[in-house]
Amino acid sequence: MAQMTMIQAITDALRTEMGKDPNVLVFGEDVGVNGGVFRATEGLQKEFGEDRVFDTPLAESGIGGLAVGLALQGFRPVPEIQFFGFVFEVFDSIAGQLARMRYRSGGRYTSPVTIRSPFGGGVHTPDMHADSLEGLMAQTPGVKVVIPSTPYDAKGLLISSIRDNDTVVFLEHMKLYRSFRQEVPEGEYTIPLGKADVKREGTDLTIVTYGAMVHESLKAAEELEKEGYSVEVIDLRTVSPLDLETIIPSVEKTGRAIVVQEAQKQAGVAANVVAEINDRAILSLEAPVLRVAAPDTVFPFPQAETVWLPNYKDVIETAKKVLTY
Amino acid sequence: MWLEPNETIVNKVQVLDETGKLIGSHPDVNDDELLALYKWMVQARTFDQRALKLQRQGRIGTYAPMIGQEAAQVGSAFALKKQDWIYPSYREVGACLVHGVSMENFFLYTMGHIKGGTSAQGTNVFPVQIIIGAQCLHAVGSAWASKYKDESSVSVAYIGDGGTSQGDFHEALNFAGVYKLPTVFFVQNNQWAISVPRSKQTASATIAQKAAAYGITGIQVDGNDVLAVYSTMKEALRRAREGKPVLVEAVTYRQGPHTTADDPTKYRQNGELEQWLAKDPLKRMKAFLIERGIWNEELEQVEFETANDKVTKAFEIAASTPSSKTVEVFDFVYEQKPSQLAEQQNSIQVEGVVK
Repeated sequence: MAQMTMIQAITDALRTEMGKDPNVLVFGEDVGVNGGVFRATEGLQKEFGEDRVFDTPLAESGIGGLAVGLALQGFRPVPEIQFFGFVFEVFDSIAGQLARMRYRSGGRYTSPVTIRSPFGGGVHTPDMHADSLEGLMAQTPGVKVVIPSTPYDAKGLLISSIRDNDTVVFLEHMKLYRSFRQEVPEGEYTIPLGKADVKREGTDLTIVTYGAMVHESLKAAEELEKEGYSVEVIDLRTVSPLDLETIIPSVEKTGRAIVVQEAQKQAGVAANVVAEINDRAILSLEAPVLRVAAPDTVFPFPQAETVWLPNYKDVIETAKKVLTY
Repeated sequence: MWLEPNETIVNKVQVLDETGKLIGSHPDVNDDELLALYKWMVQARTFDQRALKLQRQGRIGTYAPMIGQEAAQVGSAFALKKQDWIYPSYREVGACLVHGVSMENFFLYTMGHIKGGTSAQGTNVFPVQIIIGAQCLHAVGSAWASKYKDESSVSVAYIGDGGTSQGDFHEALNFAGVYKLPTVFFVQNNQWAISVPRSKQTASATIAQKAAAYGITGIQVDGNDVLAVYSTMKEALRRAREGKPVLVEAVTYRQGPHTTADDPTKYRQNGELEQWLAKDPLKRMKAFLIERGIWNEELEQVEFETANDKVTKAFEIAASTPSSKTVEVFDFVYEQKPSQLAEQQNSIQVEGVVK
């Protein structure tokens, strides 16, 4: 089995699906000759031709609108939005058009579109590149929001996303693109959407998290183990819809939970997870469910970024509050 | 060399003058087609006026009348082939009827029924677009698909003068030009975007001349002259089928309000409506047909009665269609319902909120 970084696994997933399904089209800014600014689409245009992998003019709304029309005509578009901070330009296409197509047309039209986009802090990007905006997408019925944390997950989840008959926003954390390698099987395999993964089992505390924070949470869990605490870490993988079938039994087992996200604290995915736990497992709780999240400011410029982003120390601190409540 | 503003000379295509006299070269249209064009305009107007009345009576919801734009809509859609696609705004009843959408479909839409959201299978009309100009891009995607699949269909985006101010209009014309896509952007310049006049949408002397900036073809046509619109659109479609996108500006007038929720007397200039009523598209075509000896007052009366009956039947079908149910909404969010959604759907049923 090959050792791959997450970006390689993503390219591999795209190549696998393009080879299998002629209706899969990849397009966006710089995805053709250049292979994408992160090289996610490296070599695809050469392999599959300019009809199936093409550079668009520089216009995010145009990219989204193109996907709407192509999907209607039976294609399975996989557009790339160069950075998810640019999503506001294409928000109508996603939330106004793709997400509502099935209902608006009484089921006649669907939107099997996977919008890939890099996001996430810790890589010192310019303004408007790094924001975690998954909460905005998660509040959009009709859209699924997928965020992988490992190369293995990235490939299997991306293949599932492309095959899915609903619109998927597939968010790739930039810090994870090349941070580590992992064994990734060749050829096709899928990981179901809407299914969380228990990345580490434990009995004293459940940490629910996703994306880059999975790794901060795992690190925190190791540290906490040294102090005698057994911590379970659940990687949501799909932040909308939520996999309550995994979250709730875990919290019932441990009786304590925290939710860790990189995004700002207000509203958002973590708040939703806390609310669901309170709705469904309140009688199992030994302590309030707390959140680890970024402050409710705009995403800061690079010099102020490191302190602003949540890390494993924040996770340990909050975990202890709950463990010793 | 400075490109000075509005130096481009745009000649408006006209076949009939305001009294219905032939002033351009006679288009290649036989008598049957001439009558069909007029009869479609009669149907569109009859539907439109009834819809307005029904809204006033509270029988249907908000409606965007198209009265005054019949020639633009019927003439353009009449030129389409069955395989061509319409990407309509919310004011395109005339064009959509011609291309195969049923009247009851439109009534269901204005009544807020889920079945009104889409046309029958085999009718290439995309669901009505609410976001101004967004459909331009959908037409571009659709045209890209036709080109890729080597089909001969053209995707036509129907928008208004207000829509040309949107970024999506720019992106769509730009994409279509770059990819050489079989697309027609059919702009009905009806002089008003709710209460904002055409003069405040753009400093361009015409909308047609905007095509030049995208390296595509543009043309302006008298939008109240159904023969001019039909022949222009036919040629535009021919070019589009060869991968040469076209921007058509049909100059027309919205004789009614923006929607049933609006009062145009608040912003319209005195005398403006009367000026345009004199250029009414039906009046003009009727005069032409009578002059040609293929129409008379008796036929006119019969035609309006027939159209009226058709509208009545369509409304009766729509009104007797069982209402959409709230529980159904849950069935169209995802292909497969996530458990939370199933739970919420179930609770609506259990609590008997079902209407």
